[in-house]
Formats: sequence, structure tokens, C-alpha cells
Amino acid sequence: MLRAALPLLGLPLAGAGAAEEPTQEPGSWGEPPPGLTLFRWQWHEVEAPYLVALWILVASLAKIVFHLSRKVTSLVPESCLLILLGLVLGGIVLAVAKKAEYQLEPGTFFLFLLPPIVLDSGYFMPSRLFFDNLGAILTYAVVGTLWNAFTTGAALWGLQQAGLVAPRVQAGLLDFLLFGSLISAVDPVAVLAVFEEVHVNETLFIIVFGESLLNDAVTVVLYKVCNSFVEMGSANVQVTDYLKGVASLFVVSLGGAAVGLVFAFLLALTTRFTKRVRIIEPLLVFLLAYAAYLTAEMASLSAILAVTMCGLGCKKYVEANISHKSRTAVKYTMKTLASCAETVIFMLLGISAVDSSKWAWDSGLVLGTLFFILFFRALGVVLQTWMLNQFRLVPLDKIDQVVMSYGGLRGAVAFALVILLDRTKVPAKDYFVATTIVVVFFTVIVQGLTIKPLVKWLKVKRSEHHKPTLNQELHEHTFDHILAAVEDVVGHHGYHYWRDRWEQFDKKYLSQLLMRRSAYRIRDQIWDVYYRLNIRDAISFVDQGGHVLSSTGLTLPSMPSRNSVAETSVTNLLRESGSGACLDLQVIDTVRSGRDREDAVMHHLLCGGLYKPRRRYKASCSRHFISEDAQERQDKEIFQQNMKRRLESFKSTKHNICFTKNKPRTRKASRKKDGVANAEATNGKPPRDLGFQDTAAVILTVESEEEEESDSSETEKEDDEGIIFVARATSEVLQEGKFSGSLEICPSPRIIPPSPTCAEKELPWKSGQGDLAVYVSSETTKIVPVDMQTGWNQSISSLESLASPPCTQAPTLTRLPPHPLGTEEPQAPLDLSSDPRPSFAFPPSLAKAGRSRSESSADISQQQELQPLMGHKNHTHLSPGTANSHWCIQFNRGGRL
Amino acid sequence: MLLRNEELEAIKKETGFSHSQIARLYKRFTTLDKEENGTLSREDFQRIPELAINPLGDRIISAFIPDGEDQVNFRGFIRILAHFRPIDAKSKDGNGSEPLNSRINKLRFAFQLYDLDKDDKISRSELLQVLHMMVGVNIPDEQLGVIADRTIQEADQDGDGAISFTEFVKVLEKVQIEQKMSIQFLD
Repeated sequence: MLRAALPLLGLPLAGAGAAEEPTQEPGSWGEPPPGLTLFRWQWHEVEAPYLVALWILVASLAKIVFHLSRKVTSLVPESCLLILLGLVLGGIVLAVAKKAEYQLEPGTFFLFLLPPIVLDSGYFMPSRLFFDNLGAILTYAVVGTLWNAFTTGAALWGLQQAGLVAPRVQAGLLDFLLFGSLISAVDPVAVLAVFEEVHVNETLFIIVFGESLLNDAVTVVLYKVCNSFVEMGSANVQVTDYLKGVASLFVVSLGGAAVGLVFAFLLALTTRFTKRVRIIEPLLVFLLAYAAYLTAEMASLSAILAVTMCGLGCKKYVEANISHKSRTAVKYTMKTLASCAETVIFMLLGISAVDSSKWAWDSGLVLGTLFFILFFRALGVVLQTWMLNQFRLVPLDKIDQVVMSYGGLRGAVAFALVILLDRTKVPAKDYFVATTIVVVFFTVIVQGLTIKPLVKWLKVKRSEHHKPTLNQELHEHTFDHILAAVEDVVGHHGYHYWRDRWEQFDKKYLSQLLMRRSAYRIRDQIWDVYYRLNIRDAISFVDQGGHVLSSTGLTLPSMPSRNSVAETSVTNLLRESGSGACLDLQVIDTVRSGRDREDAVMHHLLCGGLYKPRRRYKASCSRHFISEDAQERQDKEIFQQNMKRRLESFKSTKHNICFTKNKPRTRKASRKKDGVANAEATNGKPPRDLGFQDTAAVILTVESEEEEESDSSETEKEDDEGIIFVARATSEVLQEGKFSGSLEICPSPRIIPPSPTCAEKELPWKSGQGDLAVYVSSETTKIVPVDMQTGWNQSISSLESLASPPCTQAPTLTRLPPHPLGTEEPQAPLDLSSDPRPSFAFPPSLAKAGRSRSESSADISQQQELQPLMGHKNHTHLSPGTANSHWCIQFNRGGRL
Repeated sequence: MLLRNEELEAIKKETGFSHSQIARLYKRFTTLDKEENGTLSREDFQRIPELAINPLGDRIISAFIPDGEDQVNFRGFIRILAHFRPIDAKSKDGNGSEPLNSRINKLRFAFQLYDLDKDDKISRSELLQVLHMMVGVNIPDEQLGVIADRTIQEADQDGDGAISFTEFVKVLEKVQIEQKMSIQFLD
């Protein structure tokens, strides 16, 4: 058993050893007694998947290790580190097993590793930007790649003719052209890996990246054509073959794109009908996209183009159709798969390079190739840019061209293609392999390392993440319409004309066909942006609420200046998110749809912010993690909030107004408002004039967004009203108010339950159930107006006194008139705070309910005795101490201000 | 070619269009001018089929036709079009005056589409009108109102409940106007 376990342990490093070991194992396994075995070791049955899983695990762990040091990752791109790691691992395997065991297999690469990366980049491609620059992208991808392939191939051949390449490299012009075609293509994986850490401006990125994706068709065609020519032998190639080669370029590229679009259509159509099986939505996305890839591959079309087009085409409709949870799932899965594949690719690249049996070195060829690919890339870019700039609205300047030429990285695609060559047909294959490895390593490591300093040094315009504003969105729409109109007037059908045409077609037919009716109805970009902004505000609002809770200084946003609130308190998280076109295709967090963000933030808030019920609290406490005073702090906080809540309810009693936070007022909200208006009407008195004794009690109704979201499944968007606070008078309360006065509500240290039904049916001071959940929504804490701040501080200070032992001097203070309305007003707040606070204590009923704290029973009886001393109108059987009268003063003042 | 030479030169100087571009635009102008009176009327513009389905079509037609008149001559026509010429580095010099295709003039053009009453402010109702045109019937009025409120709030700096031109420029300062408000004129 031990012998069998050994190779497994050594696997990640010495996998080759593991592969050899089993040959001896049967001998050692022969020993166990025949019949039933208790324990059986079956390495062979799990070997393949086990190894795959282990490789991915190793790669992921390596990633974690790299990112432990911020300094290293900020200097060195991850792809470099991974390649180097691969080299080291490959070296170890080689040393242990005496032969290279693992390498990047072209089959694995093209069928499994490449599709997720391409799908990810296609799906999250900023489509507007892509199509705005489509002309440039296509030029670089088609003309540029052809140029690179032919010039590099021809130049290498010339080099050989000049005798600079050793004669042992047996290759003719066609072989060199074949090599040129595979080495010339800019690699999407490498470009993505390097550029996403550089953050150049959007246009530049989309051009280089778009080129790397679209040039696949050209590469595939060139490679196949040259390969078949080489196999046929140059003598047998006829003119028709050249023509076929040219034709196949169109077939492969357009065919690939068509396959992608067909699958995009199918995908969008399928997701339209998944309403009842939401769970398979993400799966559908992956399956159909993968099917597109495989179909194109099967028909020898450009598979990369197919899956790019599929992702690009389906996104709009799919995102509209699937639920937002599926959206998150799709995004995360896609990112995970892509990142995983990328990691494995680079690591395997490193490992494959170690296998010296596969390659043969020729300095002339290697150095020549390196020079030529750099030189011709630069030359090609300059020539094409010059041509393009004749037509571009915003010309690409010299710096852009430098970055574009330098960013032409080669990668795993070239490597996989060169491995695929047939040695019998291409005798110089080994030399080509070595050269490709060097080129890939050079571009990924040297260029990858230096491109960041270069970009900094040249002061290339960086991409700036800015928040999309409603203005921007709206005005850009206007611009589009204006430009389309101007093109119509001028009478030449340019880009804007076709864009406009497409959008109309899309709106009229495609969207109707491919989107759910509910999604189609509410689909509008402007509204969408508005919705996202709203959520952002809501979050920053809640975020602010969090701050209010934790800080003692009460900094409350006054209501009308919501804008400034949003500006000042938006957290880092929010600031970096939500840019309309995020180019960092690998990073999940930068572009979030509003809902995902909401989900995440809500989750964290809830995780961190929810008060723990006592039982759970105890269980999770375990003495090691939560300090002793955590419980105390929680109690304190809850108490503070209760105080605040009471202040609020007092405030609403005072003004009888409804607080409407956030601008969105949908029908629902206005209905609510009507209700309030009615309530006011029944009161029949103008709210301002009321002395607070006479005011009907009003209960604060907190409506949470979630409640509304839950009861409407279809029209999610329409529910996105802000948090609305409605003060509403209920009939019960009105009755109560007739004889007991509003004081009951506000100064009682009870909780006012958040849900309206609770509040209406069982008023807390009537029923004995004190254990109503101590529930405070963070929003409520926010509406304590600033002018109540002093009052609030009062309650805080009185609360702090809880910690100190109860004092028995209370009686002296209770002689204060309970309703010191006019008379007590002049009293200064400073005075109040200097009052002996211990007089405040919890009411007996509260103690009865089992929530008593440190009061002694004597204290309670004292309080009860004090009851009669309280004011004439104060019927409360609760016991507001002197603190109460302080509050009264404060409230009063606040109200008059 | 019905344009006189000096007129051509003046246009060239004013708008920055090349000779052939002006010729081309003049040809288009005469094609649109069905009455053949040397001016384009509102109806001439409305005859362009695509403009009829442009949500802002009528606004843009109005932008072509000068205030208080009901027709536009070629000079006016080409001056408006000059706003959409791409910005080139060379046009910066000139006689000191801002070229028609400068960023600020492009923005001014867009701004005037909103600002119907020409008080140099986009009021809420003006914004709402444009929103109505662009959004269509999918979104109820209430929500449009909310959007309009929000848009104004976002841009409004002096708190007058309207967007002035300075505020308009400010709020769009990150947008690549040079690209988004330019088209390629054929030679």
C-alpha cells in the first residue's frame, strides 16, 4: 500500500515516476488475500482525470502564491511567472523521470483550453467599441497577418539563400512560408494576458485584441493552404490551387462567423423559453457556444471566429432573457474557466519547452525570425495605420503605433500549430519548433515585462474608469441620432446609417423574436443606465448607513442633497465598477451588472451587519474569535438604534409627514403617499401646528426593497423604487392616541416593529411579548434629521450609563415636570448632558419580558412608584425617567426649529 | 457648377471643407432642392425617407433652418454640416476664431437640439420632450420624468433645476466628442 501511495504523493512534481510505477505494482498487489478486499487501490482508473485536476490545482495554487506579493505581480505579468513556473516544473519532471512527460498537446489545446478563453473574450467584448473600430481591426487582422506571414516567410528564405541559416535546416520557400504563417499571428491568449494588466486606452486595446481574435481565420487558412502545398510538393501546385487558397480564406472566415451567428441566434431563442427552468440557463450558454466552436472546427472553419461571434451576438438577448442569478453564474463560470485555461496554457508552454528531444537549435534561424517578426510587425503597423488614418475620424498617433507593434505577442496558438506539423513532410520541423518556442518566450516574457514601463514612459493614454452618467448615456444616444440624420442629409450611407438601420431592424424584429416579452418591454438603454445608477445610489446610501451605525458622530445626509452623498460616500468598490466599456476581460469585478453588485453588497452587508440572535451568538462565540465586549457592543448598538427609532417616530408624529427617500416614485409610492394624505385628512389638522400631545400617534412603516422585489417575479425592473419611508396613521393608533397621547410611542424604550402589520395589530406596549425581534434596518437610522442630533446624543449618553451600576438618586430628578413644553425649553443642552444620567432605566415591562439587564428589583419597584409622579397626561405604565423629560425638551426644540 | 469662385473660397475658409467636398455637397443640395429655388425648405428635408424615421429628425431639420426663416440656402446648409467634420490638427490655426467643427461647437449644436426656447438652458420639460422622442412608448411617462429629474440633478451645479451650456460641457467632458460627433465626408 505504501508503495502505491508513494507515486501519488510525488505526483505533481514527478508525475512521470507515477506513470512508470504501476508496472511493478501488480507484484505488490498480488499479496493481499484473494476474495473480498477491504481496501483497493485503483490508480489506473482515475489516472487521467486525476492528473488533469492536479495540474489545474497546481496552477491555481501557483496563482495564489504569485498574488501574495503585490510587488511582484505589479511588475511581472502573471503569464511570465506561469511560463517560468512551467519551466521549473518541466525541469523537475525531466530530472526525475529522465524524459519529458507532459506537454501542451495541440488536441487538448484547441478542443479544451482555447474555447473558454475565446468565449469569455467574445462574450464580454465591449461591442460598441468593437464595431466602432471594426474597420481598423479587420485591416490589421487580415492585411496585417497576410503581410506578416509573407514577409517573414520570404525574408527567412532569403536569409537561408544568403547562407546565414545552417544548411542542415532543410526547407524551401514553401516551408518558410508555412512557418511564417504560423508564427505571424498575434495570439489572443498572450495579448489578453499582458494587455489586461497594462490598461491602455480602450481604442488601442480593442484594436490589438480584436486583431488577435479575428486573425485566426487568416492564420488557419494560411496554415492549411501552405501545409497542403508543402505536402503536395511545390512542383504539383497549380494556379487553381492558389485561387482555391484565396477562396478558402473567405469560406473559412465568413463560414466561421456564420456558424457563430447561427448558434448565437439559437442560444438567444432557447433562453427565451427557460422561464421555468432557470437552473439550466448558464449551462445552455456554455453548451451552445461550445457547440458553435466544435461545429466550426468540424467543418474546418475558423472556430475562434465562430465562438467570438456567438458570444458577441448572443449577449444582448441572453442577458435580457436569463435571470440575474444566471447572469452572475454565467459570468463567474466563464471567468473561472477562462482564467483556469489561460493558467494551464502558460504553465504547459513552459513545461513543453523543456522537452529537448522535440527541438533543434539553429541560431541563424532563431535570431533571424525574432528580428523579422518584430521588424515586419512594426513596418506593417506603420503602413496600415497610415492608410487607415486617411479614413479614421480620430487618427492613431505615433505612440499608439509603437504600442501596437510592440504588443504583437505570439503565443500558444503558434506553438500548437507548429507541433501539429508533420515531420516527414516538413523536415525542418524541429528547428521550427525551437524557433517558435523562443519567439513565444521572448514575446511573452521580454515584451510582456517591458510593455508596462514602455506604456508609462511613452505616456500612452490610459483607460479611465469613469462612472457612466445618465447624461452621458442620453447625450450619446442623441449624438448617434444626430449623426445618422446628418448622414441622411448628406446622402452618403456611412457607418452611422447602417448602425441606425441595424438598430431599427433589431428593435422591430430581432429583439421581438429573441427576447422575452417582459424583457423586451422594459428594455431600454437609458432606462437601464438609470436603473444601474439607482442601485449604485441605494448601495452608497446603505453604505453610508453602515457608517452611521459604526461611528458615534452622527453624520447624516440631509435629504435633498442626495447627489453629494453619492459622490462622497461611494466606496472604492463602487467607484471602480460600472464603467460602460471595461476592457479587462478577465476581471470580474470591474463590470458588474447592477444586480450582481447589489447581490454581493447586500450579502456582505448582511453577513457583517446582522445582529446575531443570542443563541447563535453563543454558538459562534467560542471565546477565541469574539472579544468579551462584543455582546455588550451589540446590545449597545441595538439600544442606540431603538432610541433613534423612537426619535424618528417622534419626528413623524411631530410633522406627520412622509419621508420619501430617493427620487424614484413609482405608482406604488404615490399610492402610499395618497394613503398618507388620507391619514392626514382624517387627522384634519395641519401637521405643523400640532402640539405633540395632541397629535395622533403615527407609526413608522419601513418598506424594504426586498419585500417588493419578492412579490413580483416578472417585472423586476419596475420595482426598483428607492427606499421609501412612509409615516402612516393607523386607526388603532389613532384610538390609542386619544387617551394615551403620543408620548407612549416615542420615549418608551420598546422597539417599534418594522413591519406595518405588526405595528398595527400588536402594539408593543400592549402585548407582553417583549421578545419581538430586535430588528433594525439600517435605512431607518438615516432619517434622523440633523436637528435631532443633540437629542440623539442624549440618548446615547443615557445609554452609556447602563454600564454603570444603577443609581438610586433618581427620585430627585423625576420631579421635573414631565411635559415641560414651553417652560423647560430654555434649558441648555449642556446642562442636560451634565445631568446625572443613571436615572434612566429600563421599564419594568421590559424586564418582565425577560430582556432586563442589570437593574435590580429594587430599581424596578422604585420606578413603579414613580409612575404617579409623572405628568398628568402621561399614562404610560412604562417608566420614562428623567431622560424622558430631557427628550421632550429636545424634541420640542427640534420640532420648532 | 453654379457656385461662383469667390463664394467657393469663402465657404472653404469658413467651413474647412475641401473643394471636392463642397462640390459633392452642392450636388446633394441641388438634388434635395426639388423646387429648384436655391434653398431647402422644411419639406425638402422631410422628403428624405430615413429622416422620417429618425426620432430626432424634426429637431435636426429645425437645426438646419435658421431662426425666423423657413428655408436655408447653401451657405447655411454647409455651415451646419461643417460642425460634423472630423477635427484635424491643422484647422486649429486659421484666423483665431473657433472653427465650426471644434469640440465646443459640436457640443453647442447638440445642446441647441434640446434647448427649444433658446434660453441657454435645458429645462426639465425640454429634456422630457427629447426623452419622449428617443425612448418611445416602452417606458411610462412617470419613469421618464424620474429619468429627467435624475439627469438634471446629475448635471446641475448651480442648482437652478436646468442644465446650462457650461454644465452640459462639463458633464460630457469625458466623452470623446471628436469621435462621436464627426462623420467622414466623402471627397
